[in-house]
Order: sequence, then C-alpha cells, then structure tokens
Amino acid sequence: MSLHIEKPGPLSTLQDAGRVGVRHLGVAQGGPADVHAWAWANWLAGNGWGSTALEITLGGLTLTARQCCRLALTGADMQARVNGEPLANWHAFTLNAGDTLALGMARHGVRSYLAVAGGFTADPVLGSTACVVRDGLGGHRGDGSPLAAGDELMFDANAQENTLTRGLPAQEKPDYQDEPVLALIPGAQFRHFEDHSLIDAFNRPWTVDPRSDRMGIRLQGSLLQCNMGSLVSEGLTLGAVQVPPNGQPIVLLNDRQTIGGYPRLGTLTPLACARLAQCRPGQSLRLTTSTATEAQRQYRDFRAQF
Amino acid sequence: MNPRLENAGLDAWLVRLFDDIDEANMNWIAALVKECERTFGKHLVDLVPSYTTLLVQFDPLRLDHGEARRLLQTLLATLTPLEDDPQATVKALPVWYHPSVGPDLARVERHTGLSTRRVIELHSGHTYRVFALGFAPGFAFMGTLPAELDIPRHASPRSRVPAGSVAIAGRQTAAYPRATPGGWNLLGRTPARLFDPASRSLSLLQVGDRVRFEPVSRAEFERLGGDTTPMEAP
Repeated sequence: MSLHIEKPGPLSTLQDAGRVGVRHLGVAQGGPADVHAWAWANWLAGNGWGSTALEITLGGLTLTARQCCRLALTGADMQARVNGEPLANWHAFTLNAGDTLALGMARHGVRSYLAVAGGFTADPVLGSTACVVRDGLGGHRGDGSPLAAGDELMFDANAQENTLTRGLPAQEKPDYQDEPVLALIPGAQFRHFEDHSLIDAFNRPWTVDPRSDRMGIRLQGSLLQCNMGSLVSEGLTLGAVQVPPNGQPIVLLNDRQTIGGYPRLGTLTPLACARLAQCRPGQSLRLTTSTATEAQRQYRDFRAQF
Repeated sequence: MNPRLENAGLDAWLVRLFDDIDEANMNWIAALVKECERTFGKHLVDLVPSYTTLLVQFDPLRLDHGEARRLLQTLLATLTPLEDDPQATVKALPVWYHPSVGPDLARVERHTGLSTRRVIELHSGHTYRVFALGFAPGFAFMGTLPAELDIPRHASPRSRVPAGSVAIAGRQTAAYPRATPGGWNLLGRTPARLFDPASRSLSLLQVGDRVRFEPVSRAEFERLGGDTTPMEAP
C-alpha cells in the first residue's frame, strides 16, 4: 500500500520522534522540526506518539493514492487540494485510490505534516525512521534521502479501516503570522554575556535570518557580546542558543551537530523550538526567560494530550 | 577536579569536569558515563561525552529536573576514574600516506619544515586517545598530536573530503567516516570502515579508545579494500 510521489517539493522527509541513544557516536537526533504540528497530525490520524509522518518544507508536494487511505494534514497552510477541490488544514480526510493531493506553497509558516493512519512504514535505522540528510541516515530509503519524484511512501493497509473523526482543541491551532514569544531557559555561559546584551536579548525583537535550516536558525537583531571566545567543544541539546564571535545567535534544531564550542545563552524549550521552526525569514519574534521546572511542566502537559 | 553542573534545558544537565583538554580526562569521563548508565537506568535518553564535559539527557516525563541534579551530585561525590588498563587494546588504523590521497602532505612539509617521511613517522609513531565523536557519525577527534605537526586548518574548507581521509588540524587528528565538506589537512587514506549502521558497535572508534595509525603500501591499502581515487590539491 502506498502513496505515489508526483512532485516532492523542495524538502519532504519522513520523521518519527527522532534517534536516541546514539548521540555519543556523533549521530544527530533528527525528528520533526515542529513537534507540535507533527504530534497533532498523528493524533488526528489516530496514531500514538512517535509514529512516522511526512514533514513537508515550504510546499510544492503532489502525490496520488494507490489505495484508499486515511490521512491528516497540519502545520503551515499550503492550500492543499484533493483532485482540485480545497481541503481544510488541521483535519483528517480520506483519499480514495487514484485521488491526487496537491500542496501549493506556504504563505505563513514553513512546514506542514502529513500523517497516515498507522504511520508511514520504513525500515528503522539505529532505532528510528527519522530522516537526517546530512548524516545519510533514515527516511523512506534508510539512507537519508528526501522524497523524490516517483518514490512510493508505504503504509499498512490494515490500519486504514479507521474512520476516526477527532476535533482539534481550538487553542492548539496556531496562527503562524503572530509574533511569537519563545521561552528560553538560561544556561551554562549566561552570566558571561555583557549586561546590555542580556537586556537587549529579552527586550528587543529578533528576526529570522534566511540562512536557516533543520540544523539551526540564525537570529538577526542586537549583536550579543560574551566575554568568552570559543570554548572546548561540548554536547549540545535541542534548542541550544549558540553565540559565535560575530554576536549573531544560532538556535540549534533537530539536525544539529552533537558537539560544539561556542558560548550559549541557554536553551529554548521544545515547544519554543517547534514554534520557531514555523517562522519565515524576516519574521519577528521575542525571547523570554523560563525555568527548567516550568518548561518541564508545560512539556508534560503537552505530552499528556497524546 | 571540581565538577560543576550547568543547566542545559528542561531535560539535560551538562557536567563540567575539567577546564582544559588532557588525555587523563578520559578516564574520569568514562567512569562518569558508566555511573550515569547505572544510576539513571531507563530514565536515560543520551550521554554525549566530550573533551572536558558530559552532557546527560534524561526523559523529562519520568524524571524531574531537580531530581536529576541530585542524582548527579550524589554520584559525583564518590566518582573515581577508571584505572588505566595496560592490557587495553590499541586500535590500529592502516593508512596509505601518499600525495594522491593526502594532498596536504606538501603543505604540511612547507609549514613545519619537516620532510614528508618525518611527518609520517611522527603521525604514525604516537598512540592517540579519542576525546569526542561529533561533526558526523563516527568522526573521532583524537589527540594529542606531536607539537611539531601543529598546523592550522584550511582557511576555507574543501567542499568534499573523500571517505577514509586521514587528517590533522591543531593538535588533533581524525579520519573522515564519509565524504563531507572539511577543512583539515589531508595526509592519506584508511581503508577502515569507520561507521557502519549494520554493525553492533556502529562506530569503529569510541570515546576513550587508544588508536595508532599504521603506514601501509598502496598494494596493502588496495588489498584491504581502500579507494585509490586521487584527490586534487586545492
């Protein structure tokens, strides 16, 4: 059972919850850049946490169903159409054999998620199907390739009986045009930043630099001054905010390198990373401080929904 | 040693054991890895050892951030380094040192004033420790390189360094597990499979390992399955 890819778009990759237990070998985490929209796509399709869904970056994907299947689409609105008819975003829907789903380009937000009932099936590599192009691991071929025209995305026929119709809680549908306020947990080298840099970091807006991808998102705004230069390389977590000597912060996302040697302001929470991953180049955002305890509470509340 | 715990987010602590790079650090970090595996058990998600630190990532649904800190403080209080094992095996990486696969041999010669023969003697005459894996799966940062071979990386990295390339930069050496961009100085090539998702250990080299480079002839390199495709000097 499969979906036939007519047009892959600029970057479409399979993502489960990510690769764990292998970071000490230099293997990146991978996983959905926007864990929030990914999790709700799986939920709408009736899947448990961690199921493999398709992450579509910017849009431009067209596929045809080989067999009848139950799908859900969330994240950035890419003006999806089924056989030319508009399709509501943040909903589950059914494709019949021969139906074509076509996505335009996102106007707000960057990434959308397509889940299929039962999850897409792909052989896990190092325990995960997450596609990390840079590492050459995971995805529908197992070698880190993104989707290409002519590929088939496999799923389990038996899971398609499900006609579950779930309504998404209204407050869970974000408006990606809003200026987000992203929670940062101050970290290791926080106190080594100049006082005026810390004031600027949390009181002035930032904009997203076009040079951003699944490894990291660069922020433009005040130049942050740290009284430390390069450090000895050390382990990096999701959301780590690195500040190289040029003073321009980089927020590290799912495909980040495992170790690095720039001073860090702190760590964005997973939900702040998810929201940041939907910010387009030039979009404005703000940073605020949070505590690990508060961030952990919010994350547990989020996970309890799935 | 005066370990410090630094907040690395809602599900992680960074344990800073040392401030400076030293081969002796690795016995402490290896001991801490073992203790964390034992203490955190199924709550452990990932451990990332590096030159002076260990990043400990735990399951935020099962373990409180503060509780994780207390566990780390308790185990650090009684931590002792792993003993140096004189019987520990030294992993040998065969290397064909030759300008056609090591296009920076001439640059190293110019920079250090040493003959290529001496560069190879020095590089292969030392046992290195693996300080960290990173940059790419199975890419091992090894040191400490003899001071005579200290040479900066290229100002602008090559867009493609072939898999197996053996390289030096600063006081470190490494071998590229797969073709990637890279800025280190290339001396030769190893036929060794450095990262294999199908093998049990995945990465041939692990943090704390001892490694030697063994010069081999082109014929031996080819016999071991090495790729002789030449590499142009930049």
